Amino acid sequence: MESANSPGPAVELDQVVKRFGYMTAVDKISLTLEKGEFLTIFGPNGAGKTTLIRIMAGLTAATSGSARINGRPVQDHDDEARRDIGLISHQTFSYGQLTAMENLLFFARLYGVEDPSARCQALLEEVGLSKRSHEPVRSFSRGMVQRLSIARSLVHDPSILLLDEPFTGLDQHAAETLKRQLRRLKDERRTLVMITHNLEQGVALGTRVVLQVAGKIILDQPASTIDVKEFGQVYFNKVGQAHY
Amino acid sequence: MGFFQSALIIAKKDLALELRGKEIVTTSVFFAILTILMFGFAFDMAQADGRHFAAGGLWVAILFSGALTMNRSFLYEKENDCLSAILLAPLDRSSIYFGKMGANFALMLVAEAFIVPVSTVIFNVNIMERFLPQLAVLLLGTLGFISVGTLVAAMSVNLRAREMLGPLLTLPVVAPALIASVEISSGLIGGEGMEQLMVWYKILVAFDLVYLVAPWLVFEKLVEQ
Repeated sequence: MESANSPGPAVELDQVVKRFGYMTAVDKISLTLEKGEFLTIFGPNGAGKTTLIRIMAGLTAATSGSARINGRPVQDHDDEARRDIGLISHQTFSYGQLTAMENLLFFARLYGVEDPSARCQALLEEVGLSKRSHEPVRSFSRGMVQRLSIARSLVHDPSILLLDEPFTGLDQHAAETLKRQLRRLKDERRTLVMITHNLEQGVALGTRVVLQVAGKIILDQPASTIDVKEFGQVYFNKVGQAHY
Repeated sequence: MGFFQSALIIAKKDLALELRGKEIVTTSVFFAILTILMFGFAFDMAQADGRHFAAGGLWVAILFSGALTMNRSFLYEKENDCLSAILLAPLDRSSIYFGKMGANFALMLVAEAFIVPVSTVIFNVNIMERFLPQLAVLLLGTLGFISVGTLVAAMSVNLRAREMLGPLLTLPVVAPALIASVEISSGLIGGEGMEQLMVWYKILVAFDLVYLVAPWLVFEKLVEQ
């Protein structure tokens, strides 16, 4: 997590636009995220939230504008910028035929992690999967796969973690475990960006909240100033006005 | 992370996946042997001169077996969007292609280790009589076919009709390599001199070079959204 100590913001988006044919998924979004911030992105389906997070991760190229991670342009496929990012998606990013350990080792080696076996073992213990580390992932429950996903995203010790609907399909217990892990990452002063549809959860975990509708950010405020009950009505009104 | 190092990590992972499931080698070898047997039944080898059919039958079997191999390789990455996770890593993106191509090449060689002896028995000719020149054509021909096929598999992985489109797009492109391979194999079995076959070897080498460089240039754009 060396880049976390570099000066300047963790994430900088400047007038980012992404078009797919005639459809504009992200419309001139500018956003600066300081190190250690936990940004929660809310928005209806099709608002362009996933596209925005994929642009931050360097997986999708912006049509125009720029995205910088710890001061480095992510679109130039800068190795250091990519090393700073971890991504948890609603897709599991894991190979069902391989064991949990083999999955982690594969990604650890791709990132050139030193002593990958020890690092993977430590991560599996951290997410409570060490006892089943040599079982194929296809035999895991959704919650276990998601915990493995967290371990995978942290294998190279990134300073910025992007989470795209990480609570999807999790039972109560797995969701609590994930929340606990996110709080720990927040305490470690990692920068977190999370997309969620759960207003209560998003406001409770985040330090800052944005609302994205039809590719634009229409609300941006500190989480501490938000009353969740009132926010539900604000969300409904804003989304209704702009979207439907 | 060095280019070859990351390609090797990806190739090893693909081979580990195959070792676990044995889906590709089992189906491609079975399909290839079935093709050879069909040729064997279609032509009476006791009456006909096997030399005329052996090269054609051998390369058709390799072609069919290869089509199955390449279609599968990018589907592993599509299953849980693993390709996105690989693209996140700090590596030269064309090394993903070369890793996958390397694994496909290795799997095809395993398949050919079965295809060649079966062809030798069914067509009743010693295909590997001129061992080194025949081995060279098997390696060069397979490499050319695999380099195009792996690229097409990457291009078509997100398409619904990928199983059909893969071979449909691959076959016209690999036709020069395939023709050259059949000509060389046939010539070697028939006892032709190396100087007569050299022009086909040159075509095969040139084809391989072109289709090893082209993916290196275009793969990054191909996987970018």
